Amino acid sequence: MSEPILEMRRVSKSFFSIKALRDVDLTVYAGEIHALMGENGAGKSTLMKILSGAYRPDPGSEIRIDGQPVQISGPLGGRAAGIAIIYQELSLAPNLSVAENIYLGREVSRGGLLAREVMQAAVGPILARLGADFTPQTQVANLSMGQRQLVEIARALHARSRILIMDEPTTALSAGESERLFALIRQLRAEGLAIIYISHRMDEVYALGDRVTVLRDGTLVGSLDKDEIRADTIVRMMVGRDVSSFYKKEHDPKNDPEARSGAPVLAAVDIADNRRVKGCSLTVHAGEVVGLAGLVGAGRTELAHLIIGAAPMISGHVEIEGRPVAIRTPGEALDAGIAYLTEDRKALGLFLDMSCLDNINLAVLGRDAKFGGILDRDKARDRAKRAFVGLGIRAANVGVPAGGLSGGNQQKVLLSRLLAIGPKILILDEPTRGVDVGAKSEIYSIIDNLAKAGTAVLVISSDLPEIIGICDRVVVMRAGHIAGQMRRGATSPLSQEEIMALATGTEQIDA
Amino acid sequence: MPENGASAKAAPAASGLAAAQETKRQRTRMIIRAVGMLPVLLLLSIGFHVLSDGRFFTGQNIGIVVQQSAVNTVLAAGMTFVILTGGIDLSVGSILAAAAMAGLIISKFPDLGALWLPAAVLTGAVFGILNGALIALLRLPPFIVTLGSLTAVRGAARLLGADTTVFNPSIPYAFIGNGALTLIPGVLSIPWLWVIALLVILVSWLVLKRTVLGVHIYAVGGNESAARLAGIKVWAVLIFVYGVSGLLAGLGGAMQAARLYAANGLQLGQSYELDAITAVILGGTSFVGGIGSIWGTLVGALIIAVLSNGLILIGVSDVWQYVIKGLVIIGAVALDRYRLQGSART
Repeated sequence: MSEPILEMRRVSKSFFSIKALRDVDLTVYAGEIHALMGENGAGKSTLMKILSGAYRPDPGSEIRIDGQPVQISGPLGGRAAGIAIIYQELSLAPNLSVAENIYLGREVSRGGLLAREVMQAAVGPILARLGADFTPQTQVANLSMGQRQLVEIARALHARSRILIMDEPTTALSAGESERLFALIRQLRAEGLAIIYISHRMDEVYALGDRVTVLRDGTLVGSLDKDEIRADTIVRMMVGRDVSSFYKKEHDPKNDPEARSGAPVLAAVDIADNRRVKGCSLTVHAGEVVGLAGLVGAGRTELAHLIIGAAPMISGHVEIEGRPVAIRTPGEALDAGIAYLTEDRKALGLFLDMSCLDNINLAVLGRDAKFGGILDRDKARDRAKRAFVGLGIRAANVGVPAGGLSGGNQQKVLLSRLLAIGPKILILDEPTRGVDVGAKSEIYSIIDNLAKAGTAVLVISSDLPEIIGICDRVVVMRAGHIAGQMRRGATSPLSQEEIMALATGTEQIDA
Repeated sequence: MPENGASAKAAPAASGLAAAQETKRQRTRMIIRAVGMLPVLLLLSIGFHVLSDGRFFTGQNIGIVVQQSAVNTVLAAGMTFVILTGGIDLSVGSILAAAAMAGLIISKFPDLGALWLPAAVLTGAVFGILNGALIALLRLPPFIVTLGSLTAVRGAARLLGADTTVFNPSIPYAFIGNGALTLIPGVLSIPWLWVIALLVILVSWLVLKRTVLGVHIYAVGGNESAARLAGIKVWAVLIFVYGVSGLLAGLGGAMQAARLYAANGLQLGQSYELDAITAVILGGTSFVGGIGSIWGTLVGALIIAVLSNGLILIGVSDVWQYVIKGLVIIGAVALDRYRLQGSART
C-alpha cells in the first residue's frame, strides 16, 4: 500500500487530571474512507479537535502528514495542513451567498473593493464538480440541508484540503440527500482524498467504510478492514461487552387479552393539514408499540404535531378510548393523556440552563403544587431522584443544568418529564437520535416496560432496525399519506425491504 | 483477568473524579452567579468612603442611598420578571408618571382621597397588561411594543394633568414617601420607601423561586418553543410579567408622588427605564432570558444608587457622572457576555 497521508502516533490529551485520549494511533491513507466509531464520550470529538487545531495534544504525541511531523495550532493550522472538518452543526452564514461563504475570511478584493465576480468564477467549477444544482450567487438561506453540506464540502475543496473529516453528516439529511452524499463521498475518494467518517449508524459504515477504527473511553480498541466489518463485532468493540439482546422486546400485546379487546387508546381519524399531511388514520392499542416509518419529509413529525395540537388541524379528529376529543394545544394533549417526545430535544424539548430537577418536573409542577401554586419542592426532588435511579441518568446530582449532560442522559431527562405525567399515550419522535449505543438499549427497555404497563406507544423513527426490533406493528407514511402497515407475525419478523418499498413507493427494491 | 479487574476499578474512579471536578466547577460557577456583583458593591462603597474622608458610611448618608435606590429597586424588580422571559419593558418610566398623575388627581377628591394609592398601582397594572396583551396575543416584539408605549403613555400622563404639575400637600399616606419605620427608637429606623422596596424584592423572590409560575417564567425565557410544547401557557406568562412590570411601575409612581406631594406628566420618571434595565443586567440576569435572580437585581440597584451618591460625595461634576454611569452599563453587558460563555449551553 502507498504511504499514509495521515499518521497519528501515541496521541494523548488531558484536561486537568483527566485523560480524554490515551495513546491513540490512527493511520489514514489517501483514497480511503475511514470510519471512526465509538459511544458518546469515547474521544472521537477530542481526536478530531486535535486534527482541526482546536486542541493541542499532550507532549509526546506525534502527528505526521505525508510522513512529515506537523504541529497543528489554531483553525488556520488545520487548514494549512490540508485538513477540513464538516461539522454536525453547519457553520454557514445563511444571509450570504454560496461564493461569499466559501471565501469567508479570505475574500478577494481589488483596490479595497470586493471582487465578487472573481470569487464566483472560482467557485463555479467546484460546484460543477460536486454536481450541485445551485449557483455561486444563491443565498445559503434558500438551500436545503443537503445543499448546505455541499457548500461546506466545496469550501473544503476550495481550500485544497486533502483530508476531509465528516461528523455525523447525515443527521439532518433526507434519505435521498444521504444517498447523493454517499455517491459524492465515493467520488471524492476516487479523486484521492482521505475521508474520516464519524457515524453512529451501522448501515452507513457498511455502505461506505473501507476501514473502521473504534474508540472506547479515550483508548483505541482496534481497526477492522472492510471484509471484517460486522455489526456485532463493532458493537462489542464499542461497548466492551456483548450486547446480545440489544433490542429489548419481551412484551407482546397478543398475549394480553385485555389489550386485544376494546377500542384503541389512540385513534387518529383522517387527519390533514393539507400541506405535509393529507388525510392520515392510525390506531394504537393499549400495550402496543406501533412504529411510524417513512422517509424524512414524509410528514411523520407533522402528523404527530397535529395529533398533539402543536399545529392546527384542517380536517379530521382524534379519538381517545373511543371518544372524540378536541385538542388545540400541547397543554390540552397532556390533559387528555398524550405525551410527545420531540425529535429536536435541544430546540424544542429541554431547558438547557435549567436544572435536571426542574426539567423533569416541569409538566407536573401544577398538579403537585400546594395552595394552588406554591412549589412542592420535596416532592419534586423525590421525583427527580427516582427518575435518576429508575432510568439510569448519569449526572453529578439532580441540580446540575441539563445542558451539561450527554445526549443519552438528556434524552432520559426529557423522557422522565413525560413519564411523570403518567400518560396513556406516548408519542416518541426519534427517541434514540444522537444517543450512544448503551443508552439506546436502555431506552428500548424503558419502552418495553411502558408497553408492559399498558401504555400505548407510537414510535417515529428513521432507524429501520430499531423499528423492526421494538415494534409490534409498523405504519408507513409516504408523501403525507399512509402507504400501508404490517404486523409482526409469530414467526415472521417485520421486513426491512417491505417497509422501504412502502416508504419509497417502489414495488421492488435492491437490497 | 487481574488486568481486567484493575481497569474496571480504574474507570469508575476516573469518572468519579471527573464528576467531582465537574460538580466543583459547577458549584464555583453557581457561587459566582449568586454572589455576582456584591463584591463590586462593597468595593465601591469602601472606595467612596475613603475618597470622601469617611462621609459615606454615616447613618444619614446610608439613609439617603437606600431612599434613592428604593423606586429604582421596585421598577427593576418588575423589569427582572420581563427580562427573565427574554423581553424588555421600555415603558416603565412613562407608566410611573401616568400612575403618579392618576394617583394625585384621585387624591384631590375629598371622598376618594384615600383610594389614590390603589388607583395609582392599578393604573400601572392596566398599562402593563396592555403591553403584555399586545406582545403575547399579537406576537409583536417587546422592544417595539414598549418603545411605542414609552411615547404613548408619556402623552397620556401629560393629558391627565392637562400638561401641568398637580400638587396635593395633604395627600393621604404621605408617610410612605418621607417617613421612616422606627425599629429601635432613636437608634435605628428604616425609610418606608425602603421597606416597600424590600417587600417587593421578597415577594418577587417567592414568586420566582417558590411557585409554579416562577418556574414557567424561567422556562419561557430559557426556551419558548419547548415551553409551548411542554404545555405551558406562554401567552399567560407573558401577560403576567408585563402586568407585574406595569403594576410595580405604578407602585413606583405612588412612592414618588408620596415623596414629592406632586407629579408632573412631562418630567416624572424620565429615562427611569434605563436605570431599571441597568440594575437587572448588573444583577446578572441574562439579556436573552432564562437566567438570573431577584437578589442580583437588588444589588444592581444599590450599585447604581451608590455610584450616584458617591460621585456627588467626592465632588465629581454632573457631566462626568453621566460618562461614568454609561461606562458601567457597557461593562455590565460585557460581564453578561462573559457569564453566558460559562453557562451550560452546549
